[in-house]
Amino acid sequence: MKLKMPSLPVMALATTVVLVAAFALVFFYAPNDADQGFIQKIFYLHVPIAICALIGFIAAAIHSIRHLRTGESIHDFRSYVSIHVAIIFGTGALITGAIWAKAAWGKWWVWEEPTLVSFLIVYLLYATYYPLRYSIEDRDRQARYASVFAITAGAFVPLNFMAVRLAESLVHPRVFATAEGGMPGEMMLTFLVALAGMALLFATLVRFEIAAKQTRGQVHRLRRALDEQAPVAPRSRIAPLPPAEGVS
Amino acid sequence: MPALPLDEAGKYVAAAYLVFLALILIYVAILAARIQRTRDELGELVELAERRRAEARGGGDAEEPPEAQSPGAATAGERR
Repeated sequence: MKLKMPSLPVMALATTVVLVAAFALVFFYAPNDADQGFIQKIFYLHVPIAICALIGFIAAAIHSIRHLRTGESIHDFRSYVSIHVAIIFGTGALITGAIWAKAAWGKWWVWEEPTLVSFLIVYLLYATYYPLRYSIEDRDRQARYASVFAITAGAFVPLNFMAVRLAESLVHPRVFATAEGGMPGEMMLTFLVALAGMALLFATLVRFEIAAKQTRGQVHRLRRALDEQAPVAPRSRIAPLPPAEGVS
Repeated sequence: MPALPLDEAGKYVAAAYLVFLALILIYVAILAARIQRTRDELGELVELAERRRAEARGGGDAEEPPEAQSPGAATAGERR
């Protein structure tokens, strides 16, 4: 059974409503953290962005597996777009994390902190996706190699989570399911709404990008078809493709 | 480290939220520019198809339709 996805305007509207609600909860409902004070409000932005980025990388790996299994280019396309948006979210997570680190720890970056370093490694790994992909000219090979890369790199994401959980961190806070009790209810509710908003934003941007790229692809196909049908050399300012032999 | 006072912490919190907003807005603006380019290109293709149809009918009068002079079409052509 195939689930019917809501339309892009509906998703955009839902994203706006949930994100506005989340930010309202952050500033008017969630209490200030006893330890960090007001600066902890960055948590509701930074952590959902980072989680969505990592889930985006995993989604790309799943699409890539489907691409290699079926050979359908749509899965490679979805994998590409997922990585694209996840990289943007990853950039956001790194920047907001650095701002939070400066305010909370007095440093922009702490190299001894496994959470930060493992996320940076995953981010840099995915940053090499584009050079790898576009260094290959043949479209089929490009798609296959990119899929293999996305699957391999996707395996690093759970490792990232595990490394963070297993590491004896000195400074990065542990807030979920700790022996000390974790977050109070108001904070958890606010966090979950923020996470839902960020996930919706991610899904909306992925659909937006896919729709834009598919439209562009259709326009290119239309141009090719028109150029092939041309009885004489086209006089349009549109750059003509090489004439197809045997086509009248 | 002790918690920062509100006036100082507020700057960092605002910076984090504004950076994220700016990142998303820049991304959406880039996407919007690409969609605009696609729209311009589509407009030229429609113009080309109409010119072809007119030529196929045997009339050479549709060689340069008035739409071809529109600034949008010229911009799209120059971009390529």
